[in-house]
Amino acid sequence: MMAALAGVPDAPKPTLATCSLTGCFGCHMSLLDIDERLLELVDLVDLDRSPFDDKKTFDRLVDVGFIEGGCSNEYNVAELRDFRKNCRILVSVGACAINGGVPAMRNSISLRDCLESVYLNGASLDGPGMIPNDPDLPLLLDRVYPSHEIVRIDYFLPGCPPSGDAMWEGLKALLTGEEPELPYQLCKYE
Amino acid sequence: MAAEPIRFTIDDVEITALEGQSIIEACDAAGIYIPRLCHHPELEPSGNCRVCTCKVNGRNSATCVTPAAHGMSIENNTKELNDDRRMIIEMLFVEGNHPCPYCVASGNCELQALGYRLGMQAPKEVYQWPDRGIDATHPDIYLDHDRCILCSRCIRASRMEDGKTVFGFSGRGITMRLNIDATGGLGETQMAAIDKAARVCPVACIVIKRDSYRVPNGQRRFDLAPIGSDIEARRKQVKS
Amino acid sequence: MREAKSSDSRNSDQYHWKRVTRPHRHLTTATEVKRVIDLFGGDRSRLLDIAEAVQHRFGSISDEAVKALADGLGMHAVEVEDMVSFYAFLDREPRGRFRVRLSKTPISLMKGAGDVARAFESALAISIGSTTPDGKFTLEWTSDIGMADQEPAALINRMVLTELTPADVPDIIASLRHRSNKGDEPPFPLHPVDGSMLPKAVVKPSLVKAGPLLSGPLGRDDGLRAALSMEPGEVVAVITASKLRGRGGAGFPTGMKWRLTAKAVGSDHYVVCNADEGEPGTFKDRVLLSEFPDLVIDGMTVAGYALGAKHGLIYLRGEYAYLWDMLQDVLANRRSAGLLGTNILGRKGFDFDIRIQLGAGAYICGEESSLLESLEGKRGTPRDRPPFPTERGYLHQPTAIDNVETFACAARILAQGAAWFSGLGTAESTGTKLMSVAGDCSRPGVYEVPFGITVNELLDMVGAPDAAFVQIGGPSGQSVAPKDFGRRIAYEDLSTGGSTMIFGPTRDILDIALQFAAFFVDESCGWCAPCRVGTTLLKQGMEKIVAGRATLDDLKATEALGHTVARMSRCGLGQMAPNPILSTMRNFPELYEARLSPEPFSPRVSLEDALRAAVLIQGRASVPEEA
Repeated sequence: MMAALAGVPDAPKPTLATCSLTGCFGCHMSLLDIDERLLELVDLVDLDRSPFDDKKTFDRLVDVGFIEGGCSNEYNVAELRDFRKNCRILVSVGACAINGGVPAMRNSISLRDCLESVYLNGASLDGPGMIPNDPDLPLLLDRVYPSHEIVRIDYFLPGCPPSGDAMWEGLKALLTGEEPELPYQLCKYE
Repeated sequence: MAAEPIRFTIDDVEITALEGQSIIEACDAAGIYIPRLCHHPELEPSGNCRVCTCKVNGRNSATCVTPAAHGMSIENNTKELNDDRRMIIEMLFVEGNHPCPYCVASGNCELQALGYRLGMQAPKEVYQWPDRGIDATHPDIYLDHDRCILCSRCIRASRMEDGKTVFGFSGRGITMRLNIDATGGLGETQMAAIDKAARVCPVACIVIKRDSYRVPNGQRRFDLAPIGSDIEARRKQVKS
Repeated sequence: MREAKSSDSRNSDQYHWKRVTRPHRHLTTATEVKRVIDLFGGDRSRLLDIAEAVQHRFGSISDEAVKALADGLGMHAVEVEDMVSFYAFLDREPRGRFRVRLSKTPISLMKGAGDVARAFESALAISIGSTTPDGKFTLEWTSDIGMADQEPAALINRMVLTELTPADVPDIIASLRHRSNKGDEPPFPLHPVDGSMLPKAVVKPSLVKAGPLLSGPLGRDDGLRAALSMEPGEVVAVITASKLRGRGGAGFPTGMKWRLTAKAVGSDHYVVCNADEGEPGTFKDRVLLSEFPDLVIDGMTVAGYALGAKHGLIYLRGEYAYLWDMLQDVLANRRSAGLLGTNILGRKGFDFDIRIQLGAGAYICGEESSLLESLEGKRGTPRDRPPFPTERGYLHQPTAIDNVETFACAARILAQGAAWFSGLGTAESTGTKLMSVAGDCSRPGVYEVPFGITVNELLDMVGAPDAAFVQIGGPSGQSVAPKDFGRRIAYEDLSTGGSTMIFGPTRDILDIALQFAAFFVDESCGWCAPCRVGTTLLKQGMEKIVAGRATLDDLKATEALGHTVARMSRCGLGQMAPNPILSTMRNFPELYEARLSPEPFSPRVSLEDALRAAVLIQGRASVPEEA
């Protein structure tokens, strides 16, 4: 179904963009955790917008986008939508992108209770406290949303984080036009 | 006086069953794995999860509660059944809160293991985010109701094996909950950490305190082999 | 005179609600509960009756009452709660003395139930789902109450009010307030029969057209007298020869059911009449029970004779509690006439009597195995089969469970002969069918029609020239489009328990499908995962579709989920719950297409909605998204 993105000599290399929304950057770390295969990766793909190269905007259509982290605020939503618009294939990477992960622990508490218990009634508060409201701060969503509840997602790469091997297998499959199906040892939700 | 043997086929393999055995019991003995979640070999079957549904003589039936009968023809490992089973697993994942990364059961969890075995990469249904609460009143056990999948194993174990009836259900439909035999929490019941009911939870709803990380992540039951491998290993013995 | 009651049907039906609703203010909860338990002989299989009595003595079943019930019955509190918390008409928290339950169905809403609800809300100054501060009124919606031909309808405690308009509401409330000021009244009247002082507290007769089954001279014991001229086995043979099939909709051959029950070994055999008529849109059993009760009971007695059963039970849905006194009178009269009790009609050793079990608001209990669980005083969870009820039913004994209408047919078959019956209808569907017809038609009501009648013929009969679709068999049945109006009402074509809801060209078919999906969420028992979770996910999928936010992928996902729920659910409820969605998708694809979102993807929750709480808390607007 998917044309191979790599392997044609002299053709431009396929491109990869990554971002970390409400996540911990652990998935990004895991992508670096593929050891010597990093060299192979460099041959296989050109990095576009990503925290790795500090490129912050899109200026062309990118082949593969890796989304780390769920959406907890309006900036996350904007960034995710931007990725969807500019990536041919969008992959939800890791537990937070897939189901909200640790940040989604707040999902069974209302936003008001959550903010008040931290900023107004927190045990460590010295003084009356206040809910931060700087105009530069993005507004929070009522809960943390998995990325596929915000935009269309093409593939899921589970794990917290997905292991370096899982990252490598998943990415390699996408770049060579295979369906990214992880073997049993590499498919982990934790 | 030996009764006629009960023989039936499952995915074209012929199996012999004993009188009174359910389909799943006969298949387990023969080393054929039928995916299941609420069924526990030491408890009365209850038919809650429907994961063990097979096509029995062309008709879907939960094999934990269907007696083996002579001449049955059963489909088990088919794409349609496995897709439906995976959909049930996805439903359970979104019905409760199942955060594998920070869950003590990860690696030993049967819900998670079925997700792996049935090829679920991520549940795509709408997360329901329940808020059913945690009960930590018992000195040795805690209950996280958001992780309960309402399989009724603990209810059955407490009543039949422990003779205590610590657990029951309350409510109905999507608001159904695991309920306990006390108004002030599990700590007020007769529950003990050595009870069968404390040991049969397939997920991390009933957790023994101070006992969770004896085996590190990565070396746990389903890290080593997919769920059902133990049963399938019997098949090799049966064959040889 | 408070003699201990056993669960023996011969004694227990003399028990009267008024005896437990009489207040004993000086007694503690525990003592009062004990008294109720004693009335039922301490029989835990009567827990549903016991819990209903406690509820109506105290208005709810408190923790203290749960404990007293557990102690008195030798159960664990968690087991009592397991059962009590299952039923919509039993409460763990105190509610208003007057429970106003408005019937919420597509038809009631079409007929103005929304306006009536708003009138109640404004007259009581509360919103639906809440209780007035003085504790007098609780206002809530309830599922269909079997009054589809006279909606908007409501239950107030156990009174039925019909054809309500907003203008009726102030008088109803004034009248109830007046009643509640009388000091000598029980605090939570079960069914104050003198509800006649309330406006609209009347159920009008619903039989519009009688056919061979319900016309002609109907003696109250014609069936029984004919049966007694034969051996029991011959009675079963006559039923078999008539080719009578179950009238609840499933169509199992009654003769075979009776034969299996009769030959099954057990210490007792039971005859159960399924009068839990819960399928939205149906009310023909109410007509039979209120207008032809002797015919139904005659049929049950015939079954008792044929099966060698001593005990009959009528499981009467809680919504029909207003029929309780009348039915008890009918039973009492039959006892005095020697038609029930011992040595019936002088036949030595033919003993048969009937007890009525009142349900408590659970649609699932119309499913025969759930009904049995409920009869045994448990939550109404269906059983896995085998074993079938014919072999192991009520109290694990062989039990024949038949629909109200099936018993009426059985009585007439005995009186008129199998050939008379099998000469009616079609080859595979003999006899006639009672159709409950409501919605957009000029003459709603119950019609007795021969099997084989087409939907078109039925629509002509009831005055529905411009039906856009007809829901046959209730939400769990099928949505029939005009192109299929030539299909026939018969087991071999459109099999139905009789519910016929007609919707005209101005109705929103997808919204009706959504309402049906919501009905199954409320009524799923929760035991099995695919139905418990699947019904909720299906409703959410349908909400998105109706809101015009669903994409083609969403539509496909909802359809696939529907098929999974249908294939994997434990009982008929879950297996049928996706029907309204799947059958409208099949029959009205153009309506779904027209409602699709033009976007390639559409989130279930819009960004605006997701930010609403933050905008409120932070007092500033969302930053517009940069291009």
